[in-house]
Amino acid sequence: MYLNQFLFLAAFLFCVGVYGVLARKNGVLVLMSVELILNAVNVNLVAFGAFHDTVVGQVFALFVIAIAAAEVGVGLAIVLLIYRNKHSIDLTEVDLMKG
Amino acid sequence: MLRNAWVIPALPVLSFVLILFFGKRLPGKGHELGVAAVGLALLLSIVALVQWVDRPADYEVPPPGEHAAAEGAAHAGDDEHAGEEEHAGDDEHAGEEDEHAGEEDEHAGGAVAAGGDEGGHGAAAGAEEEHHAEPVRRPVERQVTWFSSGGVEIQAGTRMDGMAVVLVFTVCLISFLVHVFSTSYMHGDRRYTHYFAALSLFTAGMLIMVTASNTLQLLFGWEMMGLCSFMLIGHWWEEKANSDAALKAFLTTRTGDIGLLVGLSILFVSAGSTFDIAEINDAALSGAIGRTALVAAAAALLCAVIGKSAQFPLHTWLPDAMAGPTPVSALIHAATMVVAGVYLVARLYGVFWEAFDIGAGGVNPVAVVGGATVLIAAALAFVQSDIKKVLAYSTVSQLGYMVMALGVGAWTAGLFHLFTHAMFKGLLFLASGSVSHAVHSFDMKKDMGGLRRHMPVTYATFLIGSLALAGVFPLAGFWSKDEILLGASHGYELFLVVGLLGAFMTAAYMTRCVYLTFFGEFRGHGHPHESPRAITGPLVVLAGLSVVAGLLNAPGIGLFSEWTEGVTTVAAGVEHHDFSVGLAVLGSLMGLAGIGAGYAYYWRNLGPHRLTERSAAALSGYRLLENKYWLDRLYTDMIVGGIKGPVARAAYWVNQRIIDGVVNGVGIGARAVARFTYDVVDQKVVDGVVNGTGIGAEEGGSALSVLQTGRVQQYAAFLFGGVVLLGGALVLFA
Repeated sequence: MYLNQFLFLAAFLFCVGVYGVLARKNGVLVLMSVELILNAVNVNLVAFGAFHDTVVGQVFALFVIAIAAAEVGVGLAIVLLIYRNKHSIDLTEVDLMKG
Repeated sequence: MLRNAWVIPALPVLSFVLILFFGKRLPGKGHELGVAAVGLALLLSIVALVQWVDRPADYEVPPPGEHAAAEGAAHAGDDEHAGEEEHAGDDEHAGEEDEHAGEEDEHAGGAVAAGGDEGGHGAAAGAEEEHHAEPVRRPVERQVTWFSSGGVEIQAGTRMDGMAVVLVFTVCLISFLVHVFSTSYMHGDRRYTHYFAALSLFTAGMLIMVTASNTLQLLFGWEMMGLCSFMLIGHWWEEKANSDAALKAFLTTRTGDIGLLVGLSILFVSAGSTFDIAEINDAALSGAIGRTALVAAAAALLCAVIGKSAQFPLHTWLPDAMAGPTPVSALIHAATMVVAGVYLVARLYGVFWEAFDIGAGGVNPVAVVGGATVLIAAALAFVQSDIKKVLAYSTVSQLGYMVMALGVGAWTAGLFHLFTHAMFKGLLFLASGSVSHAVHSFDMKKDMGGLRRHMPVTYATFLIGSLALAGVFPLAGFWSKDEILLGASHGYELFLVVGLLGAFMTAAYMTRCVYLTFFGEFRGHGHPHESPRAITGPLVVLAGLSVVAGLLNAPGIGLFSEWTEGVTTVAAGVEHHDFSVGLAVLGSLMGLAGIGAGYAYYWRNLGPHRLTERSAAALSGYRLLENKYWLDRLYTDMIVGGIKGPVARAAYWVNQRIIDGVVNGVGIGARAVARFTYDVVDQKVVDGVVNGTGIGAEEGGSALSVLQTGRVQQYAAFLFGGVVLLGGALVLFA
């Protein structure tokens, strides 16, 4: 097992996630893409932890999972409210912050 | 009391303040405060007088110069206190002991003896052989440092010697009686409270001046009186004549006051940076002051005397000052204000004595001023129809006597005449006030006559005052006038003639005044009645004093000269002359002749009546007198007008050309600068910056607002792009 295999996996996941965040119109999918990015980071953390023979990477990964859970809760609540107001979760239509 | 003499002037000052603040709320509208304060001051002044009389006369006056020499030595030794202890100033020290022990005389006496021993090492021992002056009472001095400026310590303090004590008593007495008199005379006046406040302050001014130990304090009291006389003469200022009279009094005395300032400044510089009166006198007598400076100072001071004591030719303000309430006239003429000038000469007698060689006889400026005033003012008194103006000119004339007395070296006589004159002139003025209270007028020819039946008390007292003024034996005026004549008869024969002539005229115009007021038929309106107690009371008191005051210094008694003569007169070597029966008889005869002439003219209708209608010369003489020698015309039209016109024209020219030019120039310049500022700085720079900021913000905002689409994903893309750039930079450059 080589470390760079995990790093390639993580980089791939990260790129997929970034693509999803920037390109998808569906709010839920954007949230899911954010999860991909976070998990890409998690993979990296665990991999580096194993490589350096310490548990710090896994502890960090656990923290990230917990925070990701909270984040997704808030995010889904926002998406729900947007849907309730607009009957759509198309993010291109949400431009309330336009200056 | 002599050491704590500052209390006496402090009392009226206190009452002035209290009356101003609380007077209107009191049941008597403030007069009770004034009467109480001055009454208390009178009591204290009597205590001071008694203490002074009790004081042993054991002070050997050192010859002039010794004091100064010792003082100089002390200064050189940088130990002022030692000098004070040894010499005249040693009362400072002795007195402090007194305060603790409370036995003034013993201690002072002891200190004198000790001082004498210490001081008598060289000069005093040598001087004793040639200097055989009688011992006198040592003046009581007390000083505190008022302020110090440029290394000169300015003292404030009291110097109580015989002259001060007697004058303090006189001032308090007259002022007290005037206060009492005023409670009735001024009753219901619209500025009753202010009147009493000013009266108190006036009294305080005179007391401060009289008790002053240095010339600065003297000046302070002097000016305070000037201010108060202005306020009181213009008491009824609603009438223009009254406020004019007040202004005239103020400005005329001010003219003389320039002399006072100049004179005191010269003395300050030339006597070695001191304001102390004793030191100045000493320096003058010892010759420490240069001849030129001394004469200049004395001449300047004489100007002040001419202004304040209404001597010819600045006497014109005094008759006009009659515009004030009558009690004020009494106060001004009898005890304060006008006698301030006489007091100044007496106080700084060393200066005048040396500068004008008074001891040498002949003619000197002081005597000339006095003598001229005696005759000129007496002549004017004949043509007045206003009773107060007769008395005013009489005062001027009597002040002339006092100044003349000082001028001929009769120091004590001048002061004594001041004292007796205060009594009978105060009396005459208050009595004329009583008359006017009854007939509501001052015009003898129109509204008086025959009043002796209606106002017996006023008549009797006025008559006594007139006789005293005329110098009838044995009333007060006789003794003091006789002393002046006696003084003039030794070396000043010219002024003896003036004095005798003055005595004749005085008696004659007072006879005329008495006749017009109290005899003949009543020419006024209504029914005159005697005045209330508060008015007649002071009259009776003063009448009594007018009778007996002269006996104080009668030959064989001589208390007055013993009390008053002090360090200055002894040091100067003022001579004493023996009483001359012949001269006394001559003086009396002149007075009686005056009365006789008046009697013959008015009662018996003898003499050249209607002379003015027959003789052109007499008429022009009458006109001359009636117009007061055209002096007022001279002052207001020629001098004031003459100066006013060119000065006004010059001022106008300066105003138009220079001041206006400057003003206009400044205006035009300011406008150009303003225009430039507006056009360039304000419009271009400031506004440009302001507008530029606004425009920049607006343009920048609208440009940047394009970026703000509100799309979350776009924002995220920017974020990502940013991260990529930063990351790339990190990889590339780190």
